[in-house]
Amino acid sequence: MLTWIAILILAALSTVAFLVGRRKALASAGGSSAKMHSLPGYYGTYVALWVGVPAALLLFVSIMLGGRLEHGLLTATEPPVLQQLSSEQKELFFEDAQALAEGRQLSEAIYEPDVKLALEAKANEARVYSNAFRQGTFALMGVLVLAGFLWTFPRLNKDFRARNRVEGWVDGLLLACSIVAVITTLGIILSLVWESLRFFSSVPPADFLLGTHWSPQIGMRDDQVGSSGGFGALPLFAGTFLVMLIAMCVAGPVGLFSAIYLSEYAGPKARAVFKPLLEILAGVPTVVYGFFAALTVGPIFRQAFNSLGGLFLGGPLNELGLYLGQVQNQMALVAGFVMGIMLIPFVSSLSDDIINSVPQALRDGSYAMGATKSETVKKVVLPAALPGIAGAFLLAISRAVGETMIVTMAAGLQAKLTLNPLETVTTVTVQIVTLLTGDQEFDSPKTLAAFGLGLTLFAVTLVLNIVALRIVQKYREQYD
Amino acid sequence: MPMNRDDSASHEAASAPGEQAAPAVPSGPSIKIRARDINVFYGEKQALFDVAIDIAEKSVTSFIGPSGCGKSTFLRCMNRMNDTIPICRVTGSIEMDGEDVNDKSIDPVVLRARVGMVFQKPNPFPKSIYENVAYGPRIHGLATGKDELDAIVESSLRRAGLWDEVSDRLMQPGTGLSGGQQQRLVIARAIAVGPEVILMDEPCSALDPIATAKIEELIDELREQFCIVIVTHSMAQAARVSQRTAFFHMGRLVESGATDEMFTNPRDSRTQDYITGRFG
Repeated sequence: MLTWIAILILAALSTVAFLVGRRKALASAGGSSAKMHSLPGYYGTYVALWVGVPAALLLFVSIMLGGRLEHGLLTATEPPVLQQLSSEQKELFFEDAQALAEGRQLSEAIYEPDVKLALEAKANEARVYSNAFRQGTFALMGVLVLAGFLWTFPRLNKDFRARNRVEGWVDGLLLACSIVAVITTLGIILSLVWESLRFFSSVPPADFLLGTHWSPQIGMRDDQVGSSGGFGALPLFAGTFLVMLIAMCVAGPVGLFSAIYLSEYAGPKARAVFKPLLEILAGVPTVVYGFFAALTVGPIFRQAFNSLGGLFLGGPLNELGLYLGQVQNQMALVAGFVMGIMLIPFVSSLSDDIINSVPQALRDGSYAMGATKSETVKKVVLPAALPGIAGAFLLAISRAVGETMIVTMAAGLQAKLTLNPLETVTTVTVQIVTLLTGDQEFDSPKTLAAFGLGLTLFAVTLVLNIVALRIVQKYREQYD
Repeated sequence: MPMNRDDSASHEAASAPGEQAAPAVPSGPSIKIRARDINVFYGEKQALFDVAIDIAEKSVTSFIGPSGCGKSTFLRCMNRMNDTIPICRVTGSIEMDGEDVNDKSIDPVVLRARVGMVFQKPNPFPKSIYENVAYGPRIHGLATGKDELDAIVESSLRRAGLWDEVSDRLMQPGTGLSGGQQQRLVIARAIAVGPEVILMDEPCSALDPIATAKIEELIDELREQFCIVIVTHSMAQAARVSQRTAFFHMGRLVESGATDEMFTNPRDSRTQDYITGRFG
């Protein structure tokens, strides 16, 4: 409540600062804005910014950090009755103390009477801290407002370059926004690296990258099945690679050929129909592709292979027939096939852009030599576009490697080291999902393995993206 | 059609298509291309109006005129390059050796092997110098073996005056050459398929004066074997390289005739204004 009032007051003060600043600047020019360096509004904005923004930032920081600071002060001293409690109960105790102080709902924990007394004492302590903290914040905000005003207001006169100063603030805002993006990314990378380091301290990197046994459960008891735990991720990498390969076998040719059709052969009418349709395909959520794979494509493929297997039964290829007869719904082929369909619009729209950027002069040159359209496409357009198309393929690969939903639903969960597309395989992304869904503690190798996998995945896609973007960029430079 | 009709007839003819006669070609060289009643439309907009002209064998004919006057459009009619522009429509007849190039029986692909073209901006393919020249012979099956292809490449480069400069780096990319060399490479590429006509669309507009001089020299040599049509913005260039000149204005062929005559004694006042620099 008080915070809201503070915000309102701050807004009001800024408005006043704007009006006062504007008026003073105008007065210094004798009321004629033509004689001023900047428009009158800039002078007002300049003062208002200095009055409002630093105090607002302080308020924001204090709201973000206030709870933590209080918590730290509160837990610094433990009442003696707490010694009978476990560490989790203690944590709950302090949280409840803060909740009680702020009038929030308490947890469902039941406290002994003496603990309850201590809780109320702590709640009082918390109230004291938070009051002091809030008062301190408001006082400091007041100082900032005053300082901002005194810093700017006396300097206002008609020659003051208020416009440039205000634009400096805008620069700062733009910079801050871009820094947010960079810092967030950096933060994600650092947390990945940090948690991975914790993981690699219990599982050696070589075992992780090259081991062939993956069973990340850690048993509750020593005599449980699979309690040993195995963190050899090679089967996952193989599975990811296999699915990606199948996906690219579908998406590569289909996407490229449709791009060639769209950019070279399709008339304006066909293009107007096909291009938006492909873009709709790109907008389908991957989870929809996932159940399309699991419920439609999977059964169709299984039935096809099963009846194909029936043809071989009793013949010289009896073994093959038997094998095909027991193929399951979930297999690498289904996941890869559907993922390939998902990637078609991606490949085709990138390739289409690249083919379109091949200069018309090259096509004209080829036509003028008496080449047909097909010869021109094969011998001039495609070779010229090849580096860019390779870049598009690499980008598609990096998406295929990171794709999660389709493989989760259609590839299976068994970590097998195989290159047989009819087997169920599992991928890096699927394992991250299964490791982290549900209630988890973040201190066992099981959950930390997810970070190890995440880091590996991140490194691979990062390298792929860098290489791909380099290639695409280099190719673009050639014709601009 | 009579060869020596008064040229003023063609101006009147513009309003009465079908009746018109072409400007005369002097006795001596025979006529390679005979165009009549050529109208070109880009969508709704008409770009050429009733153009009629005779173009002589083994000589250079230049098309001059201000920007947007239709000279390039007309050039592109002669090898049906306008077919590649979907909204473009051409009516009228262009006879090459008595055969209408717009006739349904003519395959534009085959026609373009007979009528080579060089563009304003050098457009070598992103391939090696050798592959650039070998491109046409390969797709038309002109060489039966590697030796024969080598021979075609060498002779084409020689005729384009480029051989001495590139013979030691045939396998390097054609795009690495200088602008003037690229343009000569493109000319060599066009020659390699053995065309009868070479169309040049402002071939020197992207080149410096020295490279331009080389191309002009080359055009003068090539005239002995080919019928050359060149579109140019430079009247000096038209005067230097061509034997006959046609002046286009606002989509109409205003006047055509022997180059020296046209530059010293133009019949139409618009031609006079243009070549004396009063507009354009």
